[in-house]
Amino acid sequence: MTGTVRVIINDRPIEVPAGTLVVDAAKRLGVDIPVFCYHPKLEPAGMCRMCLVEIGMIKMDPQTRQPMRDEEGRPVIQWMPRLQTACTTRVAEGMVVRTNTLQVQEAQRAILEFLLTSHPLDCPICDKGGECPLQNLTMRYGPGESRFDYADKMHQEKRVPLGDLILLDRERCILCGRCIRFQEEIADDPVLGFSDRGRGMEIITFSDPPFASYFSGNTTDICPVGALTTTDFRFRARPWEMTPIPSICPHCPVGCNITLDVRPSARKGGWDILRVMPRQHEAVNEIWICDKGRFVHHFATAEDRLRQPLIRRNGELTPVSWEDVLEVVAEALSRAGPQAAGLVGDRLPNEDLYLFRRLFGEALGSSWISMDPPIFGGEWVARYGVGTGTDFGQMRPGSLIVVMAGDLEEEAPVWFLRVRGAVRRGARLIVAGGKPQKAERYADLILRYRFGTEALVLVGALQVLLDENRVAPEVLPRLDGLEALRKALEGYPLDFIGQRTGVPVEQIRAFARAIAEAGEVVLIFGREGVVDGEAFVGMAANVLALTGHVGRPNNGLLPLWPHANTQGALDFIGARPLPEEVPVLYVVGADPVGDGRPMPRAGFLIVQDLFLTETARMADVVLPAQSWAERDGTFTSAERRVQRFYKAIPAVGEARGDWEIFIAIALRLGQRWRYLSPEAVMDEIARTDPRYAGMDYGALAWTQPQWPPVGTSRDLYFGGTARPNTAGLGRVRPSEAETPEARWPLAWKAPEIPSEESILAIPTRRLYQEGTLIARTPHLRGRTVPWAARMHPETARRLGLEAGQMAVVRVNGQTLRLPALVDPSVPSQVILLPASLTARAGVVEALPVKFRVEVGNGALPR
Amino acid sequence: MGRYILLRHREIPELHRLDVYLRHGGYEAWRKALTSMTPDQVIEEVKASGLRGRGGAGFPTGVKWSFVPKNVFPKYVVVNADESEPGTFKDREIMEGNPHQLIEGALLAAYAIQAERVYVYIRGEYRSVARRLEAAIAEAYAAGLIGRNVLGTNYSVEMFVHLGAGAYICGEETALLESLEGKIGHPRVRPPFPATFGLYGQPTVVNNVETLANVPPIILNGASWYRTMGTEKSPGPKIFCLSGRVRRPGNYEAELGKITFRDLIFGEEYGQGLLGEERTVKAILPAGASAPMLPASALDTPLDYESVQAAGSMLGSASIIVLDDTVDIVWAAYKMVRFFQHESCGKCTPCREGTYWLRRVYERLVAGRGRPKDPELLESIARQMAGKTLCPLGDFATSPVLSSLKHFRKEYEAYIPQPLEAPVAAPAGTVETVPGR
Repeated sequence: MTGTVRVIINDRPIEVPAGTLVVDAAKRLGVDIPVFCYHPKLEPAGMCRMCLVEIGMIKMDPQTRQPMRDEEGRPVIQWMPRLQTACTTRVAEGMVVRTNTLQVQEAQRAILEFLLTSHPLDCPICDKGGECPLQNLTMRYGPGESRFDYADKMHQEKRVPLGDLILLDRERCILCGRCIRFQEEIADDPVLGFSDRGRGMEIITFSDPPFASYFSGNTTDICPVGALTTTDFRFRARPWEMTPIPSICPHCPVGCNITLDVRPSARKGGWDILRVMPRQHEAVNEIWICDKGRFVHHFATAEDRLRQPLIRRNGELTPVSWEDVLEVVAEALSRAGPQAAGLVGDRLPNEDLYLFRRLFGEALGSSWISMDPPIFGGEWVARYGVGTGTDFGQMRPGSLIVVMAGDLEEEAPVWFLRVRGAVRRGARLIVAGGKPQKAERYADLILRYRFGTEALVLVGALQVLLDENRVAPEVLPRLDGLEALRKALEGYPLDFIGQRTGVPVEQIRAFARAIAEAGEVVLIFGREGVVDGEAFVGMAANVLALTGHVGRPNNGLLPLWPHANTQGALDFIGARPLPEEVPVLYVVGADPVGDGRPMPRAGFLIVQDLFLTETARMADVVLPAQSWAERDGTFTSAERRVQRFYKAIPAVGEARGDWEIFIAIALRLGQRWRYLSPEAVMDEIARTDPRYAGMDYGALAWTQPQWPPVGTSRDLYFGGTARPNTAGLGRVRPSEAETPEARWPLAWKAPEIPSEESILAIPTRRLYQEGTLIARTPHLRGRTVPWAARMHPETARRLGLEAGQMAVVRVNGQTLRLPALVDPSVPSQVILLPASLTARAGVVEALPVKFRVEVGNGALPR
Repeated sequence: MGRYILLRHREIPELHRLDVYLRHGGYEAWRKALTSMTPDQVIEEVKASGLRGRGGAGFPTGVKWSFVPKNVFPKYVVVNADESEPGTFKDREIMEGNPHQLIEGALLAAYAIQAERVYVYIRGEYRSVARRLEAAIAEAYAAGLIGRNVLGTNYSVEMFVHLGAGAYICGEETALLESLEGKIGHPRVRPPFPATFGLYGQPTVVNNVETLANVPPIILNGASWYRTMGTEKSPGPKIFCLSGRVRRPGNYEAELGKITFRDLIFGEEYGQGLLGEERTVKAILPAGASAPMLPASALDTPLDYESVQAAGSMLGSASIIVLDDTVDIVWAAYKMVRFFQHESCGKCTPCREGTYWLRRVYERLVAGRGRPKDPELLESIARQMAGKTLCPLGDFATSPVLSSLKHFRKEYEAYIPQPLEAPVAAPAGTVETVPGR
């Protein structure tokens, strides 16, 4: 089906792409055809019958091939004998649709009267009341009253838990199956289904644990009635009581657009975040978010947030006023001057990171600052990161997505959804990793390499590209270092690579050829088990540059960064080693002690955070910071999209924004900073930093209409689905390769490969890994992944370990103690460790390192 | 040639055994097609015969086969043996008495569309029938009539029997396919039709048992022979399932259009009249519960697709249920509505909710708590359902309601309780009137 066809809807002609559904064609004309089971993101089902319309075809004269006309010259229309469902009928040339005739109105009234015969009409206590498509459509199209006897209503269970997070009200359910189709078609966790039949039909979950899916919350959004509600939000507020504040999800590098629905709360003694809803951004998260983004917001308003500055007196951390504490901090920092060091987490907004850099560089003259965790590959992402305009939603046949050294669903759940969508539309997927993952279901090719040899796999691919002369001719003049690379590769025969990586040479060839032949290639890379990060990302960059897959939309590197603003931390801070001992250390939004990472020994330790972390417990001074919900700011996603979030709730206690604290210190150190808000800081960044040129708050608030139009104010049938985006689609800061005259350098670093005998400790990221933030969402307690060292039974046997025993894992000179867990799905020769151990907003990212592992029995350290 | 074409076991004892079937010309058509006809020739022959689907819709079988794309593989033939329409028991007799004729017909269909597998979907209650059929299939396999390189040709075909789980809806061909795939039996939205998107999304022909049993004699004797039977538009023999208030219920094979309802009910070689000399026919259900009931005035309608349609109903699967003057029409309609409510799959709103609502209104009617407007309400609910449902079941469910109201409205009125005497003015609040008590 190509090209467009002309149809007439309610006497108005429109030209739409062939294959468009009648319901969508009408929507483009602004004609609402009411629906329940239809959803523009799901396959049509034709079940609810709400969208019945009159459909006919213009009668053509077989001889003249012109429309036949009646006496008055009007085209003769052959109407179908029955009403047709607009959600399952695709447009055809010469189709005529009528959506507002008496016959159609009668059908709409009939279907609504039928639906309401089984509906409990408990709108006054229903969470959906006020944003409910059933309410809206009944008001607009329904009969004024029902002829159904109220006493004949069937009563059904009103509180059926479908797992820990989602509750089902069987009475309210209109059996449209949107939730089932979402789980099958979008999430690919087909754990919901219909059971029984007729009026006894009901939604059930058949997984163990029930409703096992990272995306379950989305079903409550697309539910057109109040049948599915979250345990978190149920009965807590009415939609109209809440103020929706646009925000950005603070948990991962995807940068999902969200809305924080807030309301004053007596219980919290202030304001509370009642729920998190997706906000439409078709190029980022469409209308979806993962359950972590939806439910892990309680930390922001948690009881145990730091509310006052603390100072150590007689060995105890004691509350102190801001005035006093700032004096102490400023004094300590100024005494240390250029010797002062700073460690800053990658969850801080750009504005704060920028000021932190200025504080050290200008006020103290110190260059000892680093981001925590340290990250590799930033320079290659800056050069060859995905081109401006990249959008998984636009990828189709000819597009290739490569996922390497990371678990897509665990680390960036919404990218997983979108990659799956791209594959459904015809894009190809290759997954390369040391252990299995869900995305492999859709992969054309799966490369299972030995952990630690990922760079070598890419060296193999380069070898093939050069051997087979597959360097894109048009990029040759731009490349620097091709000859050096060619020379360096001579030491790596393919057979050797196949043997060391464990990947058959033929697969490496197929991998390289697929990249060379694809029209577009996005290479998503993580850090799972990566031993030589510099070589790994460098080789990935080489592969893309050689084949011309950089510097344009839907091409380039896409990093699975650990946090919401890792890209910003790379842009403004960067990672560099700090001295082992410093007079003053200022740790902001990071918990290296809790995360088991090395931290310089400090004569005086200042910690600024949301919670009293392990690091904060050791501090001389603790400063209470604000969460992202309490202030304005911007995050830069891994696609380098700079996006604004807005202040949603007042500060908790006396907590101050990181940026405010930095300003207060800087003023005491003699600086003359005059920023009144993060916006003023961003104005300055937009003026002075060419990478962020023009990205002031006004520019970032730019929006444009999106398709499908869900949740807009005049929309009656996707109410509650997702919020329209009126607050900004953000701006992408371009990669360097996009500049027309930019040179494309190639990398070379001989990859370090662990010996075949060594056992590797692999930091593994899980969405629900136990941690500071997730621990404050009680609803997820049953799903969190406990802290453990997971290994194959064979590995455990070799190490003389039994399941449940404490393992002492020494990695790079650090000692970790955690219970051993035996799991046959883990490859042998490796131990999977949680990438985040305890931690608050900083979290652990164990380094991409050469792990030397010693395992033995030991006791819990704490 | 004997009197029967489909129910030949009535004349030939032990016909269900392969050796007996072979002695009586069995698998000759299969051999003929495989060795001397192209698949297209088989389709053309069946098309030319005018054979129409015996499951109820009456769609021309050869035309259905010709819709199957030639170059998409694999393809399937599915035998609809989910005989569930109330009063229908013809397929059962074929499968028990003459199973090889069905098998042979299914094989011919498979060859015609070049399918590699045949699935027989039998209703769950037909466990013993399925065993009989499986035994016959095993015999045919052993004789090299099914399997790899059948009869030494390069055509291979497999045949499997699958028992349903007892849902009426699984007789609807797309729900049947879903069920066969292991999913819940919900009808699919059509188009696409099974011919292009059937079992596991592959081109599939779904045919009724009786339909396929007609195919071997057509292939063996030719389309023009077949057309000597029946009428121009409804050629061939048909099994009529007669039940209800008749003396001799059962299956009767006759040419389409050559006998009338009256012949079938009263004929000496058919039903032999009603149960009791003094009884009269009140209504006829021509196709189980699914087609509109006809009053006695329709008795002289010939039994073919066109004539019954002209009389205001459908011949459907030709399961004729006779209601005599002792039958309470409201009760009968209620029974049928209850059946459809029980069997509605629940997928689409008007059927799921409409059948439940109809049932509740009938319940209060037959319990003596009807209201004066209930007949109107029933008619209105049924009209709200009709033409709006996803599959025909919802339309079927309105048939007993609308047709009984059309022909027997008076009987409904008798169910509405009338006040025994003129209401006496009583002081407000002292008397509670409850209609019907």
